[in-house]
Amino acid sequence: MSQRLAKGGRLIDRTKPLTFTFNSTRYTGFAGDTLASALLGTGKSLLGRSFKYHRPRGLVASGVEEPNVLVNLGEGDRLEPDQRATTTELFDGAVAASQNHWPSLAFDVGAINDYAYRMFPAGFYYKTFMVSTWAWHKIFEPIVRQAAGLGAAPRRADPDRYEQAYAYCDVLVAGGGVAGLMAALKAAKEGKRVILAEQTAHWGGRAPVDGGEIEGMAPEAWVKKTLEVLGAMDNVRLMTRTMVAGVHDHGYVIVYERVADHTPGDDRPRHRLWRVRAGVTKVATGAIERPLAFAGNDIPGVMLASAVRDYIVNWAVSPGEEIIVVTNNDDAYRTALAALKAGLKVIAVLDARPTANGPLAEAVKAKGVRVMPGHAVSKVRGKSKVVAVEICKQESAGEVVEVLGCDVVAMSGGWSPVVHLYSHAGGKVLWDEAAAMFRPDPARPPTGDKAQPIAEVVGAANGALTLTALCAEAGLAGGAEAEAPLAPVWVMPAKAKDKLKFKAFLDFQNDVKVSDVQLAAREGYASVEHTKRYTTLGMATDQGKLSNINGLAVLSEALGQPIPQTGTTTFRPPYTPISFGAITGEARGEIFQPLRKTPMHGWHETHGVHWEPVGLWRRPYTYPRAGEGHRDSVNREIVNTRTNVGLLDASTLGKIVVNGPDAGKFLDMMYTNMMSTLPVGKCRYGLMCSDNGFLIDDGVVVRLSEDTWLCHTTSGGADHIHAHMEDWLQCEWWDWKVYTANLTEEYAQIAVVGPKARMLLEKLGGMDVSKEALPFMTFKEGELGGFPVRIYRISFSGELSYEIAVPANMGLALWEKLNEAGAAFSAMPYGTEALHVMRAEKGFIMIGDETDGTVIPQDLGLGWAISKKKEDYLGKRAQARVHMTDPDRWTLVGLETLDGSVLPDGVYAVDEGVNENNQRKVQGRVTSTYYSPVLNKGIAMGLVKHGPSRMGEVLDFPADNGVVIKARICDPVFYDKAGEKADV
Amino acid sequence: MLTLTCPYCGVTVEETELYPGGEAHLKRFGPGSTDAEFESYMFARKNPKGVHFERWRHAYGCGKWFLAARDTVTWEVFGTYSAQTPEPPAALVATIKQKRPGWEGWK
Repeated sequence: MSQRLAKGGRLIDRTKPLTFTFNSTRYTGFAGDTLASALLGTGKSLLGRSFKYHRPRGLVASGVEEPNVLVNLGEGDRLEPDQRATTTELFDGAVAASQNHWPSLAFDVGAINDYAYRMFPAGFYYKTFMVSTWAWHKIFEPIVRQAAGLGAAPRRADPDRYEQAYAYCDVLVAGGGVAGLMAALKAAKEGKRVILAEQTAHWGGRAPVDGGEIEGMAPEAWVKKTLEVLGAMDNVRLMTRTMVAGVHDHGYVIVYERVADHTPGDDRPRHRLWRVRAGVTKVATGAIERPLAFAGNDIPGVMLASAVRDYIVNWAVSPGEEIIVVTNNDDAYRTALAALKAGLKVIAVLDARPTANGPLAEAVKAKGVRVMPGHAVSKVRGKSKVVAVEICKQESAGEVVEVLGCDVVAMSGGWSPVVHLYSHAGGKVLWDEAAAMFRPDPARPPTGDKAQPIAEVVGAANGALTLTALCAEAGLAGGAEAEAPLAPVWVMPAKAKDKLKFKAFLDFQNDVKVSDVQLAAREGYASVEHTKRYTTLGMATDQGKLSNINGLAVLSEALGQPIPQTGTTTFRPPYTPISFGAITGEARGEIFQPLRKTPMHGWHETHGVHWEPVGLWRRPYTYPRAGEGHRDSVNREIVNTRTNVGLLDASTLGKIVVNGPDAGKFLDMMYTNMMSTLPVGKCRYGLMCSDNGFLIDDGVVVRLSEDTWLCHTTSGGADHIHAHMEDWLQCEWWDWKVYTANLTEEYAQIAVVGPKARMLLEKLGGMDVSKEALPFMTFKEGELGGFPVRIYRISFSGELSYEIAVPANMGLALWEKLNEAGAAFSAMPYGTEALHVMRAEKGFIMIGDETDGTVIPQDLGLGWAISKKKEDYLGKRAQARVHMTDPDRWTLVGLETLDGSVLPDGVYAVDEGVNENNQRKVQGRVTSTYYSPVLNKGIAMGLVKHGPSRMGEVLDFPADNGVVIKARICDPVFYDKAGEKADV
Repeated sequence: MLTLTCPYCGVTVEETELYPGGEAHLKRFGPGSTDAEFESYMFARKNPKGVHFERWRHAYGCGKWFLAARDTVTWEVFGTYSAQTPEPPAALVATIKQKRPGWEGWK
């Protein structure tokens, strides 16, 4: 049984006990514990269930590579699933629960999957669920959804705070172990700006546990001294609990700082995401020990050898009392020595190599421990904890030669350098045959804008696995015991029979076994990337930190090819999971994105507005009064505007000034119609297409003077239409003398609309707004009610209409004055929905409703706005293509239902017959549909095949629940067909 | 995320300050062109593995479009220059040829 040792523990503070609960039971740990070490210290070894077979699982590792012990951490709105116990620092009051079991951790019904393992081979999901789509939807998906997933998702919004920050440095060192400290010190002494980031709360990496000597000091003392030197330097920033997540193009590095995970409730942001521009990233990320694949290697009590000594040395926790070490290398003997030093029993060391005579092996033998060269684990006995090991010869099929009792198996298959950060931005790795590992290829680093390396690797990440090699690399005196070479052993025993391989796990979290990878190879999966996806090897939340190399070694063997020929899967950021909160940062709630406000925004707010988001703007949708629903208030606003007078805040309308000797020529290219011939003082409705022919924007163009035009765009289009103009001006016609300026926010604009609009303006006085002085489709500048205004006689409603522009700072005052003076004429403000209904009653198109990026002006009956005289305009050539001139294109018509109801938006009109997919053929669709309170019926517009020549024909529109709505094709102008009301 | 030097501002800017505009030095084909010419102008793009000329706008800076020559594999940036030119500067072309002897040229 695991337990807390009476003394030792370099990271814990026994004077500071902390209480926490696991599965509702209270326990005690110490400051400095991780949740993993604290749980192990309480004697718990069964800590989770595996994903697929629900097998009992315990801790395998002590760091980021831990695949098994993921917990639900926290409660209520702070519940967070899948938190790794080994990287969760213990704090007082921590609440954790195990995952993926029902009804309890000890008795899990899902474990029946384990007995049925032959039914769940590699590719089980593909093979089973692809039988039929019916079966997937009706049978499998509901079951899988019930069973899938590890932890529970939190149900409420995250109450914690997150932030993001930027930093720049010459050298970013990823990893605060000995190699990282050495690299940071060297760079700092050269005067470089250095950031040193360490993912754990402690400096020094493995060296203080593994021992040796650096510059005449024990590693712990050397680390302390070096930190003091670094800490005193102004050009160095030291960051703990900070993980370098990814290295990207041109030295852009994402760094994840867990600011307050260990001090919840202290008001600091929980996580901080750093965006760092680093001259070079020194990858000092160390190495991760590999498991060995033998039967039962996932039973709680089987752990990495390095993790066993970490728990003993760092946290004074022994994973058990009787240990068997199984290894293919010398390093694992350090675990035997650490265990012996802590007073634990080491039953035997099984060394897969034929001989074991290195200094470390000799030291273990000298303590009286039985060392068995050429031996291996045939099978581990035990269900929810290790009971004994069946021992066999490594060069055998697994015939048992001896059974030894124990409660811990410490395994080591060698070490893999952590090359992730080197690989993220394109650095390549090479296979080191002697050390049986992939390490970075110094000749092929990721490169930056000047072809310089943006990442370099030092220490164990560079393959310098021993302290001796690491010191030599850094040019410092120091080292540790010499190590004999390892033997590349992946599967144990070498010729293991199937029965053993069925229980020999490669990927613990996703339950991928040796037999699965071999099956994939037999079924033809030769690419490691395909095998990964087929078997799910390395696709769990640990991203294969323990399993990838072992998996591809097994695959290579099955394919009969060398490992480098198989290659690795792609290393992708982030190195370990980062929180959504950190990615979101402060961009949530009210500051999710900037809010654009018109000068009248505050007035709308105090007058009962219901907002509609339009781009980054908020526009009034309607102004419901007490007791009114939105439907009612929209109808009231429409009827009032058509009867009396309505006021619309049109300030969001795009306003782009185009000026210069070539402005007319330029606008003739930008618009489908002729703008150069527009007389000064007049307005003209214009259409803008992309050079691919499709309609992208519309609006009224005004000629302000001989060389100046004002282009109105849609509210959502102002910025991108301005950018579109600049693109063509700067990149195609850069010799044309034209300037553009986006003046959208410089002016407030108010539409005064309705039969009494003129009376209202006359009441304000100061300008002659008669038909004669200010005819339809003209504009005039002057003073209205004391305001300097420009008034356009344009109408988007079909009513008598004046759009009045004033400098933005006077917008609110004019708006208030119009409302005040308008009371005598029953003036009311109206919103965007009333605007939409009124334009639809008039058959006016709306960009985004009638257009969707596939519609050309000709489809919308707007041929009259396309100049036949112009040689060229953007889109003209495209509109001459065969498909664009096809008479079968769907064309704009009005639609009215036979029963007066409102058609659902976007429904299709069906045609006779079916297409090649056995779906009903279609012949048109609804683009805009509203209830017209003036006509007291539903009105709609749509695009219909041969539409305008089919007036009066009735079409079928299938809607929800099998209902078919019948609608008749009609003229899209429903209201004031003669157009008499606007031009008065 | 790339960094490019805006030739107008002379400053190195982050990709987030820039708006991408795709391949540079396209020749526009308008009315009167053949279907093949128009298709190649509107749709055909080089998408090379290696040297690429592309358009960028310093959208959150000076607002100017400029052109950049860079390697799509190694991320090396050979240079940036004004968009107001029908072809890349000769000196830049010479630099790229020297660095990438096998390069087929910008056309």
